[in-house]
Amino acid sequence: MTTGQLAAQPLSEVEIGRIRADFPLLRRTVRGGRPLVYLDSGATSQKPRVVLDAEREFYERHNAAVHRGAHQLAEEATDAFEGARATVARFLGADPGEVVFTKNGTEGLNLLAYAFSNAGAPGALDGVDESWAQRLRLGPGDEVVVTEMEHHANLVPWQELCRRTGATLRWIGVDDDGELDVARLDEVVGERTRVVALTHVSNVLGTVNDLGPGSPVVAAARAVGALVVVDACQSAPHLDIRPLTAADSGVDALVFTGHKTLGPSGVGVLWARRRLLEAMPPFLTGGSMIEVVRMEGSTYAPPPAKFEAGVPMAAQAVGLAAGLDYLTEVGLDRVHAHDQQLMRHTLDVMADRPWLRVLGPQDPQRRIGAVAFVADGVHPHDVGQVLDDSGVAVRTGHHCAWPLHRRLRVPASTRASFGIYTSLGEIEALAEALDRVPDIFGLAG
Amino acid sequence: MDLYGELILDHAKRPQHAGLREPYDVEVNHVNPTCGDEISLRVHLDTVAGGAQDGAAVLRDVSYDALGCSISVASASVLAEETLGRPVAQTLQTYRHLHAMLTSRGADPGDAEQIGDAVAFAGVAKYPARVKCALLPWTAYLDALARAGADISAASERPEGA
Ligand SMILES: Cc1ncc(COP(=O)(O)O)c(C=O)c1O
Repeated sequence: MTTGQLAAQPLSEVEIGRIRADFPLLRRTVRGGRPLVYLDSGATSQKPRVVLDAEREFYERHNAAVHRGAHQLAEEATDAFEGARATVARFLGADPGEVVFTKNGTEGLNLLAYAFSNAGAPGALDGVDESWAQRLRLGPGDEVVVTEMEHHANLVPWQELCRRTGATLRWIGVDDDGELDVARLDEVVGERTRVVALTHVSNVLGTVNDLGPGSPVVAAARAVGALVVVDACQSAPHLDIRPLTAADSGVDALVFTGHKTLGPSGVGVLWARRRLLEAMPPFLTGGSMIEVVRMEGSTYAPPPAKFEAGVPMAAQAVGLAAGLDYLTEVGLDRVHAHDQQLMRHTLDVMADRPWLRVLGPQDPQRRIGAVAFVADGVHPHDVGQVLDDSGVAVRTGHHCAWPLHRRLRVPASTRASFGIYTSLGEIEALAEALDRVPDIFGLAG
Repeated sequence: MDLYGELILDHAKRPQHAGLREPYDVEVNHVNPTCGDEISLRVHLDTVAGGAQDGAAVLRDVSYDALGCSISVASASVLAEETLGRPVAQTLQTYRHLHAMLTSRGADPGDAEQIGDAVAFAGVAKYPARVKCALLPWTAYLDALARAGADISAASERPEGA
């Protein structure tokens, strides 16, 4: 899990070529015939043909409403959906019973946040072991801890939870290098802390937060019995995240999103320990998640069904499973090694251009997947526009991490982010496109 | 690149009439939540006494502090040029023509007689993501006018001849 020990070889040029051939979209051109250089995988990844085929095959051969119907197709659709759950569980090194399909990462985080506020409703925790009930009930005096580098998806739901329950939101700060300020952890995490929610990898800075054995944040949370929630949206596409679900990891729940992990949009994953899922009240309610329904009230199915109301996104789940299999076949250790190579090269490109400033850790081993930067005297949007004109697709703005940008005293940034199919040649194309910026905006490049 | 014409780059580098000034009637702050561009804008209205324009509202001052990309800063600069000292009604007409051009996906090249230097933004219309950058100062301007009690209903009418 630590980024220091890389035994695996980065992907060779030939291997990258083979991988790229699996992604039909990468062949297209943009802006008047320029080859596409897609450096926005942090926003969403492109999809390999196996993912598209898996979705198509589901619709062409097995489509039916999952968990309903007395016919053969319903059986096949259910098998496909549950098979996808098993694949996700393997990817996570977890039990399929602990895997909940959600719409995306955002929904998974909301599902968790609502479990706490719904726990306050009369009767919501009937039959739940008191030690677990206590962990879920939140009120004034209780504290929820996040970090200053969170994506809005792992910030706003907790702000709202605090508003609904009267709990207080606290946060672990970020230092000038884009690292969590763990030196002052004990000022933030304390006896009142009930939840610590943090990202594994920053979607802006690429910073990898230490969640392995000996992680200061996890240790601090554990010491006070707080639940640890991990946003793995940016780590799942690049890293083996199985250690996070290991029995003694100290992590209680994590989410990731399908569309960044080679899968289709419309599907995400929440993993949580079985005891926690059993204790948590449902979020969305309706069909499929019930046990017995009477006019007076209802009881709920055991997890994961309890959290999957309505006809689920079966084709998307099947597509996601194909995407995760694709990643595991290449091997996440090699995907990570490849990412490190791209990272080193990108940081070199930036360092060669003194008018550019990279946000976040300068040590490539401390980061994964993304390089956000600012150019002296040119707004990030304008930089992005010039890159787009060269066929280089990047993201500009605050990347749904507004407080982090405020903390780093920049209004916005331009972000290049990598996928499994990103080539060193594309980083060269980025460098060339960047060199147009000083000319156009009259900087002394 | 057709987006960054000299006029836009000039306005972005040397925004005209920039800085917040006294006196003013209303100050508004608008942000573009997807990219964080911000503008604070003040209007100071006056009423013409006598003559053909008797009773008409005019802009005695429009001042602003814009933080953002070259498109939004240049747009604020052009806005100040096209509104300062003019009757409110005339500036609403400018807005209507500008808005029509910006949302035309490039079909409407803009009419310099109607919108002055704002024709430089014609290229923006081809980049839907940037249209909101160019419109940000104008949205703030309309909001400020409305809060200052001006009638801005003409802003949403179709431009004459369009
Ligand atoms: C770190 C992080 N968390 C959460 C999300 C939310 O994912 P989604 O938009 O798929 O819900 C994203 C991506 O947008 C992200 O980068």
